[in-house]
Amino acid sequence: MALPTDRKYLQTHEWHLVQGDTVTIGITQIAADELTDITFVDLPEVGDPVKADQPFGEIESVKATADLISGISGKVTAVNEELAANPGVVNRDPYAAGWMLKVKMSDPSEMGKLLAADEYSKKAGH
Amino acid sequence: MDYVQITQKQRDEMLRAVGASSMEDLLRQVPDELRLKRELKIPQGMDELALRRHLEDLAAQNSSADGQVCFLGAGAYDHFIPAVVDHLAMKAEFLTAYTPYQAEASQGSLQAFFEFQTMVCQLTGLDVSNASLYEGATAVAEAALMAANTTGKREIVVSRGVNPDYRRVLQTYLSGMPLSYEEVGLKHGVTDSQELEAALEEDTAAVIVQSPNFLGHVERVETLARFARANESLAVQVFNPISLGLLKRPGEMDVDIAAGEGQALGTPMGFGGPYLGLFATKERYVRKMPGRLVGQTVDAEGRRAFCLTLQTREQHIRREKATSNVCTNQGLMAMRASVYMAAMGAKGMRRVAQLCFNKASYLANQLKAAGVSLKYPKQPFFNELLVELKRPVEKVLPEAEAEGILAGYAVGKDYPELGNCLLVAVTEKRTKEEMDRLVSVLK
Amino acid sequence: MNKNGERLLFEISTPGASAVDLPECDVPEAEFDPALSTYTQSGLPEVGQLDLVRHYTHLAHRCFSVDGNFYPLGSCTMKYNPKVNEWAAGLAGFANVHPLQSEHHVQGLMELLYLLRMYLAEIAGLDEVSLQPCAGAHGEWTALKVIRAYFADRGQEKRRIVLAPDTAHGTNPASCAMCGASVVTIKSLSNGLTDLEDLKTHLSDEVAAIMVTNPNTVGKFDRMIAQMAEMVHRAGALLYLDGANMNAIMGITRPGDFGVDIMHYNTHKTFSTPHGCGGPGAGPIAVRKELSPYLPVPQVVKQGEKYAWDFDRPKSIGKVRSFWGQVGVLVRAYAYIRACGAAGLRDVSETAVLAANYVAQRIKHVYALPFGPKDGSPMASNPCAHEFITVPRAIIDRGVTIMDVAKALIDRGYHPPTVHFPVHDCLMIEPTETESKATLDGFAETLLELAEQSERDARPFKEAPVRQVVRRLDEVGAARKPVLRWTGAQG
Repeated sequence: MALPTDRKYLQTHEWHLVQGDTVTIGITQIAADELTDITFVDLPEVGDPVKADQPFGEIESVKATADLISGISGKVTAVNEELAANPGVVNRDPYAAGWMLKVKMSDPSEMGKLLAADEYSKKAGH
Repeated sequence: MDYVQITQKQRDEMLRAVGASSMEDLLRQVPDELRLKRELKIPQGMDELALRRHLEDLAAQNSSADGQVCFLGAGAYDHFIPAVVDHLAMKAEFLTAYTPYQAEASQGSLQAFFEFQTMVCQLTGLDVSNASLYEGATAVAEAALMAANTTGKREIVVSRGVNPDYRRVLQTYLSGMPLSYEEVGLKHGVTDSQELEAALEEDTAAVIVQSPNFLGHVERVETLARFARANESLAVQVFNPISLGLLKRPGEMDVDIAAGEGQALGTPMGFGGPYLGLFATKERYVRKMPGRLVGQTVDAEGRRAFCLTLQTREQHIRREKATSNVCTNQGLMAMRASVYMAAMGAKGMRRVAQLCFNKASYLANQLKAAGVSLKYPKQPFFNELLVELKRPVEKVLPEAEAEGILAGYAVGKDYPELGNCLLVAVTEKRTKEEMDRLVSVLK
Repeated sequence: MNKNGERLLFEISTPGASAVDLPECDVPEAEFDPALSTYTQSGLPEVGQLDLVRHYTHLAHRCFSVDGNFYPLGSCTMKYNPKVNEWAAGLAGFANVHPLQSEHHVQGLMELLYLLRMYLAEIAGLDEVSLQPCAGAHGEWTALKVIRAYFADRGQEKRRIVLAPDTAHGTNPASCAMCGASVVTIKSLSNGLTDLEDLKTHLSDEVAAIMVTNPNTVGKFDRMIAQMAEMVHRAGALLYLDGANMNAIMGITRPGDFGVDIMHYNTHKTFSTPHGCGGPGAGPIAVRKELSPYLPVPQVVKQGEKYAWDFDRPKSIGKVRSFWGQVGVLVRAYAYIRACGAAGLRDVSETAVLAANYVAQRIKHVYALPFGPKDGSPMASNPCAHEFITVPRAIIDRGVTIMDVAKALIDRGYHPPTVHFPVHDCLMIEPTETESKATLDGFAETLLELAEQSERDARPFKEAPVRQVVRRLDEVGAARKPVLRWTGAQG
């Protein structure tokens, strides 16, 4: 599946899509495939702060667990409630229905440090 | 005998097969300068008969509780163990099986642990139980760590009514961690609720109380749990599973974590171990819970089946981020507890608890009639009595021993203010006649 | 047996049934304060004795066990559990003793513990032993606490880093985290040994210890261990041994002699105590004398002709569990050591090494050994210790996964070897010394037959196991919607 070019990435496999002053965050297909069937996504609550390069949650499969890292700082304005009941959505549709957080950015310049799709693709080795 | 079956002839064949002229060719991987050039200083092996005589000789040098009357408790109890417990739980298929990672080859033990988890939930009134931890003290320490992990807070407030050994172990666990330990005193033999309320701070992760407490008294757990709740701390109750046949269950008192020693459920006293750590909590904390968990699922043909689950909490996947480093459960002891609880059933568990209480009540009355009083006669007890002796405890205990009576535990070591008090445990095994003998020794 | 296998206790429960006959009450009934009493039914099952016996007998039939099956389970050492040890642990003079009885009542037990302490020190080549830890992981944690106390006492609190090779057991880092230590991973070389150059770059005055397993988890004795010890000691740090693989070296070499300062044992791996579906274990730790003041209290000591508990250890890390240790497990370990004796223990290790090399030799033309001899050379030219790993690339390339091989072995009556540890796609095979040659041959032949089958048709592997009471399980479903207790509402 082609990597969407409308968003930016962390090497730790999180995508960031900017819409106005809000960023939507999720993980890439590469990460979802690597984890295999996702069983649980632990996300913060609306109103919680997130910080750039810090974990905001965790994602689990039967055999692995990984931190979810944010590339930007700000405040959580929405979380994908669907994932609590149906974490497999992240495997099936990581770039749309499998989104995780919406964050109101406190420092939009942080987006500049994130990777473009082709850079991420190279670093992820795919 | 070293239980090796390979014969000398086969050994030679095997050496030839791997291209070795002697065993030495295979041992050369250990550099010569590191080799032990002598035999280990351990006596030569024994045949089975000699070994049995030697072990019988060592065993005979201990005065087992069987030949005496045991009123010792203080964390280990002389309860009746039905023969069916030994017979079923010690079946070779359970005894010699590995941890059930390969679910298809382990449905029996997995189902037994699933039943164990269910029965611990039924007993405690809580939502989830793990498949057991090491023993009581470490289970309480794990509860404290889990509370800190769950709340993000750092202070553990502990009642002095909690078993002193458990408190010592907890302090060892907390030392070196960014966590602090604070003790709350007792008033009239139970947790001083005012002092407890005052000890709560914003950073308090857990409030740990034991009920019945170490001195045998039933604590007002609901009140203490309410304080914890109001402070957004977790309420942890250390419990005695036998008492739950009568006492309100932790889950009925809004306790967040129930942790305790499960030895009383069908495991012999065994000079202190191996025992069984019981651990149950509310559903919402399940992902922070330490220890193994068995879950129900289905196989490829849709049949009900069981497997270890939520393993990502565990050390072999999460490594340094695991909820705990525990990687065993007390499989056999959990099996014993399961058979015990199932054999007793709801009614039996209630009856055992009632028998303990009946007998403890009888003993309390007889002591009173003989002029020996309880230290805190107004406090409700379950099956342990804190007796204030009239004569020095260090005199009374040897006298009782000479009569074949293990009279109890002198609590002065742990509670200097209770210097002449004896903690006397009464189980359903004690008879009227045995208690009458104890009274005559204590008066 | 119905479609859903053995019914649960709760499903065979019959109100009013009971499997026990409790004593009549010989004292008056007393009323427990209703305000403190429970107000709901517990819901515990009610089952008659024969039905209870049948239930657990059926469950027992649904388990693999060493008594019934071969477990070539690398790193876990599933050796035979001698029956006389069970007899010993059940003796009333051991099993029915209250832990708080006076010392003069328990001299036989204390002598046993004292002697075991001495024997474990001798096998380790170290000075003192604490028998208290409840299991290997608890021993690790206890040992790390001891290390920390040792450095704190020397004013070196800043030594908080513990180094561990990338092949370490998962418990190692988890135990470190529980002691407030941080873990730094050291690389392994392509031959499976620790990369001393990488180690050198990580040693500093903030390093407390390096945790190694030797023989290591790929089944190689690390020949450079003494050099490693010297480097570590020169940097002021300690060498910690995970004793998981002591089964390979008893009487051949001793950790203390190759530079180890502190280690833990797993009694079930080395001294044949039964695994019991996951426990109880015991994890004694052995230390050099410089570390002994910090061991947990109490310590069993000999004073003249009497044995006693020594609580007077002011530098001790404190208590690590209630009472004295996993005594019932330690009795079994003691019985095993006495049965084997010095020569027997060495024979155990030699035979364990021979058995592993033999199985490796029989299969290596098909099952590649990444750390074994060159193709065509015999095992003796580059032997393994008591276990080895194989990465059977040829089979995997046919579309058969390591897990498929494991499940196919179950159908042939073998518990699978350890899989995917310490490297991906590996089988880690440890035959142990207690298996007969016929069993080893049978297992090797089965592995070869599976390889042949994978050449002919890989599909049956995907179905395996088909001869067990269940097929492969939906583990994803189990984790997504955890059902952790029976609630009555299920099928």
